[in-house]
Amino acid sequence: MRKKLSLLATAATAALLLAGCAGGDTTDPGSSDAPAEVTLTGSPTYDAMVEADTVRIGVKEDQPGLGFLDAGTGERSGFDIEIAKWVAESLGFSDDKIEYIAIPSANRESAIVNGDIDYYVGTYSITDKRKEQIDFAGPYFITGQGILVAADDDSITSENDLAGKTVCSATGSTPIQNIKDNYPDTETEEFDTYSQCVEALKDGQVDAVTTDQAILLGYASQDSENLKVVGEPFSVENYGVGLPKGDDALRGFINDMFTDGNDTWQSIYDETLGQSGTAVEQPAVDAY
Amino acid sequence: MSNVLFDAPGPRARVRHRYIGAITLVAVVAIFAFILLRFVETGQFTAEKWELFTIPFVHAKILEATIATLQAFGLAAVLSLILGLLLLVGRVSKHRWISVPTYLFVELFRAIPLLILMMIMYYGLPPLGFSFVTPFIAVVTGLTLYNGSVLSEVFRAGIESLPKGQAEAAYAIGMSKTQVMRMILLPQALRAMAPVIVSQLVVVLKDTALGFIVTYQELLYLAKFYGAQPNYGSPIIPSTIVMAAIYISLCLLLAGVAKYIEVRTKRGPAKNIRAQQLVNEAA
Amino acid sequence: MDTLLNNLDVFVDGFALTIQVFLWSALFALILGTVVGAMRVSPVAPMRAVGTGYVNLVRNTPLTLLMFFFAFGYPKLDLPSVSYTTLAIFALSLYSATYVAETLRAGINTVPLGQAEAARAIGLTFGQSMSQVLMPQAFRAVIPPMMSVFIALLKNTTVAAGFSVAEAGAIRATLSERGEPAIIVLLWVALLFVLLVAILSFVQRKLENGLKVLR
Repeated sequence: MRKKLSLLATAATAALLLAGCAGGDTTDPGSSDAPAEVTLTGSPTYDAMVEADTVRIGVKEDQPGLGFLDAGTGERSGFDIEIAKWVAESLGFSDDKIEYIAIPSANRESAIVNGDIDYYVGTYSITDKRKEQIDFAGPYFITGQGILVAADDDSITSENDLAGKTVCSATGSTPIQNIKDNYPDTETEEFDTYSQCVEALKDGQVDAVTTDQAILLGYASQDSENLKVVGEPFSVENYGVGLPKGDDALRGFINDMFTDGNDTWQSIYDETLGQSGTAVEQPAVDAY
Repeated sequence: MSNVLFDAPGPRARVRHRYIGAITLVAVVAIFAFILLRFVETGQFTAEKWELFTIPFVHAKILEATIATLQAFGLAAVLSLILGLLLLVGRVSKHRWISVPTYLFVELFRAIPLLILMMIMYYGLPPLGFSFVTPFIAVVTGLTLYNGSVLSEVFRAGIESLPKGQAEAAYAIGMSKTQVMRMILLPQALRAMAPVIVSQLVVVLKDTALGFIVTYQELLYLAKFYGAQPNYGSPIIPSTIVMAAIYISLCLLLAGVAKYIEVRTKRGPAKNIRAQQLVNEAA
Repeated sequence: MDTLLNNLDVFVDGFALTIQVFLWSALFALILGTVVGAMRVSPVAPMRAVGTGYVNLVRNTPLTLLMFFFAFGYPKLDLPSVSYTTLAIFALSLYSATYVAETLRAGINTVPLGQAEAARAIGLTFGQSMSQVLMPQAFRAVIPPMMSVFIALLKNTTVAAGFSVAEAGAIRATLSERGEPAIIVLLWVALLFVLLVAILSFVQRKLENGLKVLR
């Protein structure tokens, strides 16, 4: 009984919050499917979640707008966090059953393979190499590689100006690989989180930070005095939900959730990334 | 000793020493002043940069991280001592099929950089099916394998430093090899080596800081996280100062224990060059 | 073996940088350590205090923390911009210098008391007795333990991998992007380190034996 009550309360709060921000024209993510109706068999990951009565989600915590943890209050926010919650709710886990674990880019595959987390939602590009170790549901978002520079820097306006410059990105990420392979005249620095790169950019240790434009827009909007995003995306990145390899039941479930989610996705987007003014539509799921 | 190096200074030397002393102090003060000035000029002491550290929630987090550091240290310290003793027993065994592999084990794990060892645990093992390796386990196992190997050599140096007559007398009164080791050699060696052993534990404590590179959420991990918070002015220097204060106090506390033991047993680690060398090599 | 051969460029670059960082840090640590070691036995009390303070403070600071400060803190101070590799060398030098200083001091203490007394008796000054009587003997006693300090320094260079220095400790991260199995990569790195340490230990033993004859 208490469990039901707290669930209701969470759903109500979420609804209130969303309604308050968006003018009341949104559907509350997940609350339309009552948790009790979850039917998911043959998924070892889901069974383990039910057993533990918690869901452990790997996230980023240094990406404003996507996956961000406020150091002062301990509250998480962003598009990826909302997507993660949506998945959890449709699996029948309320907010208080979620345990977030921050995992940097380079450790994502090992965290999933290790079973440290049940699934990962954090600007995780779907690539064939990664599919060798894990599986992806989605994509739930499409972006591309962009460039972040200091606000007063006019020497870099697109990816064609990177020769002779020092560019920073996260260890083990697709963008750094792209720079190393296709821009041989560009120096690289690597840290395990993007926020370290952004600090290095502000300190003048590097000339630019490169990664998915969605991430960079988050940093730029957080500190628009010092930072700006330049150029157009020069690659295509599909964000997916990272899952343990071979758990097809769970992958199918999440893919169906994305496909049948109606305007849940849109409302999540409008609440988070959409605030920057760019309009985007939900991408079609690629159920391989 | 050092008073033998020079004569008791005469009046002119005293004046000269006073000048040199004054210059030294001025130089040191100047260096500190310069650093402080850089801190002030770049706004490291503004309220904005320290605001984060006034929040009770942040205090709780720092306490949590300190406990995480101490947990890894405590467990690794105990396990290293146990492993060190086991390896010692293997090393002094008269069966070559025990002593030779033990020797190789010890030499191998002393030679591999600790960070690489932690990476092998954290990144290398899980894909092979050892999926239980968390950052905590990686840190503790790495510390234990490395420091256990070093400590076993320290113990051995301690035993070898004992007068030969100790073992001979024990054998003469009919003790078995195990008895000699357990009742005669080990207690003396451990006492003689106590300061060196505690110094090695300081090394263990310091090396828990490596954990942040394999994402163990200890003090430095938190320092990095807080340092990259633009809403709070990216206070990387304030957060480094806070975490450094905690780390250094903990290490000084432990080093103080080593000093206390050293004074009480009146056996400086310098007396046993081999043991000191081992600790230097592991630092 | 394929992992090593197919990515030989990465391994060579990584270890080349490791050795560079090692040599520079060893040089600076030796210089700074000698200065600090001399301060610790100096007749001038403030010098002794400064030397002791430095050694006690830095010895009880994790190397990772020092490097953390240099890599992330230094760039915030509006000082001349330097590369992450240079910053790592600073940190390693400052850290290792304390061990160099202590090793030298211990070495001076191994010279029999009579030597210092005799030097004083024939009227040598502090500087003269240090440079002509004590140091030559101390250095001999000091070489083996000093090699230990350098072995530690070599292993410690790996810490820089966490601070954007692409040395041997960072090979795993680079190769994980190429999809190589982490365990194989790391075992190769470990093996190469064991080899380097073995070379240093061999030199150490050679010197130790050579010096024994001289004594």
